[in-house]
Amino acid sequence: MNATGTTEPASVARATSTASELAVLRKHRQRWLIPLTQVLVLAVFLGAWEWLSRVHFAGAAKPIVDPFLWSRPSKIAARVIEWLADGTIANNVFVTLLEAAAGFVFGTVLGVLIGFVLALSDFWSRVFNPFITALNSIPALVFAPIFFVIFGLGVESKIAIGSLVVFFLTFWNAYQGVREVNRDVYRNAQTLGATRGQMAWHVLLPSALSWILSSLRTAVGFAMVAAIVGEYLGSTSGLGYIIAQSEGAFDQTGMMAGLVVLSAFVVTVAGVVAWLERRLLKWKPPSSI
Amino acid sequence: MATSLQRTGDGRVRLESVGIRYDEFDAVREISFDVPAGQFVSLVGPTGCGKSSLLNLVAGLMMPTTGRVSSGGREVTTINPDSSYMFQADALLPWKSALSNVMLGPLLRGMPRKEAEASAREWLERVGLLGFEHRYTHQLSGGQKKRVAMAQALINQPPILLMDEPFSALDAQTRARMEQELLTLCKSVGATVLFVTHDLEEAIALSDRVILLTAGPSSTIKSDGLVDLPKPRNVVEARFMPGFAAIYEHLWDGLKEEVNRVYERNRHD
Repeated sequence: MNATGTTEPASVARATSTASELAVLRKHRQRWLIPLTQVLVLAVFLGAWEWLSRVHFAGAAKPIVDPFLWSRPSKIAARVIEWLADGTIANNVFVTLLEAAAGFVFGTVLGVLIGFVLALSDFWSRVFNPFITALNSIPALVFAPIFFVIFGLGVESKIAIGSLVVFFLTFWNAYQGVREVNRDVYRNAQTLGATRGQMAWHVLLPSALSWILSSLRTAVGFAMVAAIVGEYLGSTSGLGYIIAQSEGAFDQTGMMAGLVVLSAFVVTVAGVVAWLERRLLKWKPPSSI
Repeated sequence: MATSLQRTGDGRVRLESVGIRYDEFDAVREISFDVPAGQFVSLVGPTGCGKSSLLNLVAGLMMPTTGRVSSGGREVTTINPDSSYMFQADALLPWKSALSNVMLGPLLRGMPRKEAEASAREWLERVGLLGFEHRYTHQLSGGQKKRVAMAQALINQPPILLMDEPFSALDAQTRARMEQELLTLCKSVGATVLFVTHDLEEAIALSDRVILLTAGPSSTIKSDGLVDLPKPRNVVEARFMPGFAAIYEHLWDGLKEEVNRVYERNRHD
């Protein structure tokens, strides 16, 4: 730095600092502006829906948006509150959550175990490859009727569907994770004296885990879709059941209320999973999470 | 995998008429040398001459097609419990902290966790990384990672240390410091070192002996000589010692010939 530069950069620095202050200010304003706008958009949408379901177009018999087909926000809200009060939501969310969680756990455990075994044995991986590819090409929901016959209409059949869907996802990732373990890391552990079991625990499992966890969100989503669609196809309780039940009774308000509860449920679970993912993959550089 | 092999605790390394053959060609052939315990040997040669393969043979990661490799008087037939390996690439376990990485070796060999942890802390201190125990590898700089790798390799107090261009990715200053620390640590452990490098200056400054290999494929030993410079050395100042230039010139003449051969061959392809 030279002598003439000492006065000049001061003003430049000042200018840039005000510019960055402005940017901060703008960002600060955005932090409020975005959620505020979001609420506004929602309010306009619901307000329009509510209003259009009440006004008639030039003497028509039905309102512009027919509440028989589309229900209306106030009725839906009332139904959700009613369900909250009488325990409908608590009971059915519990059932769906149980099904999704059990499907996720069984599917993951099976997928990891079998993925691991096949990845470690070239022979068995070659033997089973065509079978697994064939099975995987069939949409899992097609198996739903079979599971209904075997396990009945209760939670077991939904768990079976969920397990199957999650199994394939985790299986591929576990298999890939073991196969693609970093060669240098593997050899390093080998020269440090790792036995086969120690290698599996210290190197292969964590390597596979990072692959499995990267698909965690998808797997949880799959397990929930499987549970809900399973319930929708045939069941006696759960969120999918409420929706199917309302549909059968031409109860559009019930269906819409079911959808509202469902989306709130899914958003909550997704949030929990994202948090879990961040915690479990703490060792990964931020860019690759 | 029979890794229950006990250590001989002996740092001698011996290669007898060793050859490695891949499907079509010989990678190396007729390699023989004897390393007494505690000697620091650099293996130098053009790219692709099979330097790293020789380390893999001693580590037991790979078996020779012909000939015999022995460590501490015993033939190497499986992972060699007497050797530690420091790789060129980053080979730390990324899902483990610096401390867990360093204590891995002792743990795998059955040391109780508490003891292993205490020993790992001590080694992290020796490589100057106290306070970095709980960092994951992505939170460490290139030099720090190499320090962790060094502690990880040396904590097992190996009779033989194998190093495959361990410092090639570092900047010159960091590299000089690491080299100096390596010399100090190796001396305290008393390990035999086989050090692969491209860098003649590094080879001469660090080693007791430099083995130059011919260009691959089918490479073999071109020259094998002792570095007759006083010890202990300062790796930077060693370059100004009388005698350094002569050794350098001699090795460089041999290496130049081999590099030119590779160049000529590629041009005629």
